[in-house]
Amino acid sequence: MVAHRLLWGLVGLFFIAFPIIVPSDYYQHLIIIVLMWVVIGSSWNLLAGFTGQISFGHAIFFGVGAYTAGIFATKLGISAWWGLACGGIASMAVALFVGWVCFRLRGPYFALATLAGGEIFRLLATNWESLTEGMVGILIIQTFRSKLPYYYIALGLALTCVLSIHFVMKSKWGYYFVSIREDQDTAEAMGIDTALYKNISLLISAFFTGTAGAFYMNYMGFIDPEVVFHLNYISIMAILVAIVGGAATIWGPAVGAFVMVLVQETFRSAFFGLAPKWVSQGHALVFGLLVIFVIMYLSNGIVGDWRKIKGIFSRAA
Amino acid sequence: MAVFLQTMVAGLLIGGIYSLIGIGMTLIMGVMGIINLTHGQLMMVAMYVAFVLFEWLALDPYVSLLVAMPALFILGGLIQRYTLNPLIKVDSILPQNQVLMTVGVGTVLTEIARFIFSSNYKSVKTSYSSSAFFLGSISFNLPMCIAFGVAVIFTGALFWFLLKTDTGRAIRATAQDREAATLMGVNSERITVITFGLGAALVAAAGCLLLPIFYLYPDLGRPFTLKAFVITILGGMGSTVGAIFGGLVLGIAESLGATYIGMGYKEMVGFVIFVLVLIFLPGGLKQLTKI
Repeated sequence: MVAHRLLWGLVGLFFIAFPIIVPSDYYQHLIIIVLMWVVIGSSWNLLAGFTGQISFGHAIFFGVGAYTAGIFATKLGISAWWGLACGGIASMAVALFVGWVCFRLRGPYFALATLAGGEIFRLLATNWESLTEGMVGILIIQTFRSKLPYYYIALGLALTCVLSIHFVMKSKWGYYFVSIREDQDTAEAMGIDTALYKNISLLISAFFTGTAGAFYMNYMGFIDPEVVFHLNYISIMAILVAIVGGAATIWGPAVGAFVMVLVQETFRSAFFGLAPKWVSQGHALVFGLLVIFVIMYLSNGIVGDWRKIKGIFSRAA
Repeated sequence: MAVFLQTMVAGLLIGGIYSLIGIGMTLIMGVMGIINLTHGQLMMVAMYVAFVLFEWLALDPYVSLLVAMPALFILGGLIQRYTLNPLIKVDSILPQNQVLMTVGVGTVLTEIARFIFSSNYKSVKTSYSSSAFFLGSISFNLPMCIAFGVAVIFTGALFWFLLKTDTGRAIRATAQDREAATLMGVNSERITVITFGLGAALVAAAGCLLLPIFYLYPDLGRPFTLKAFVITILGGMGSTVGAIFGGLVLGIAESLGATYIGMGYKEMVGFVIFVLVLIFLPGGLKQLTKI
């Protein structure tokens, strides 16, 4: 137990001290993106992994959060940082509607309805030019030139998100969520208001994803509908992050975010400039292959299949 | 009034092709219980097959249909055999991993096409590409009419196949109750492979029919996947008759949307219908006709 705490302390210290140990902007940027994905992956995991409602449309909440921050800056003329406070709330408002429509459906049909939802929002953001600037996108001036403030904000967000989900899952709500995943009809029969708790799970999930979106707007300074509402690079990526790490585990998505961002960046940068340049053109191909590989061989994720992975290595050794 | 009629005609013609695309997806949905999110990408592959044949051998896209359909039948069968069927045995918390797998396969197909052909727009210009004839003041685009006619023929052939042949009966039996079909001696795993191949071949036909009219680029697949998906939901899951009407409704609705709301919202009309169907008619058109 003491060793356990010591390990967590060391991991915590490492993250706090990381920008000081590694002063490179590039690596700090990577970790910021990883932390953002920790937030999105964990929130997807709350809804899908724990509550069993697989969403193919988390880009809805990410995009709404990002656009809230962006529109604050361009249309209302106030700082995009207000979006960090309101992006999550705007996402929750959208989630209420999405839940109202999509929770009429179960299982695969729910997943597909959310997928269509994501496309609707992408098309809406593309065509509603008076509000969103359409395909031109929204460009704002970043507040800080250094990566440091963004790093600590992202770290705070990721920590808040993972810990909140940890505590939610330890509470009575957490047990309700899992019971809905295991057998919705039985849960209903036991007197659990499944519609209510599915919506609660969706709202929490949407809140954190929206906040991550607002953070993305502030950090990157530019969004357009293809970036924040992208099916593959947001919705499917969120699923992959959670599955690679381990769906229905608290720390799985955090591990998954590291692996996924690292793998993606390795190929995008063509093995950090070591491989020939055409490798970087194939990063989308690698993304697809990764989807196939993960589902076939790692369906319970690194954390979920940890024993299996350890077994393979100890047998090999 | 003329504008309205013209819009309806254009919508009906494209709707016929949408039906052909939708039927393939509906078949797969009926037998495997999953939405095939790589459907449009398979069509894109078929279009590139026809495009290559046109460039090398100057084959007319309507002739390449005879090459593209078997090719896609095999490709579809392989996808089912080697990526989707193994997943039935994989134990996972997430039951939707087959759907996710089709997304992965679709991405791979798109990116391979981009690797080979680059993202540039390609087109096949035939002598009849932009020819049209008139009935009164309404113009009929000739390749569209041919495509509509061939789509109707294929749909008829599919119905004959499903209703009259042994394999067709086995497919319908598997769709109704997989376990019962297995007990009756149907090799359900083989049926899934055939069904996926069949769906891929049908969408390949649609692709070849569209080639003289549409631009071709690797990302073409995704919008068509989503259309097929909307048609499947609109028609009612697994209902082939529903898919035909779903395709026609979507074609006409898109056409009306493009004329009266704006080109940009054309794609969205389909999704708005989709949401409305989910709210007010969750069983799709099938619910109305009970077929």
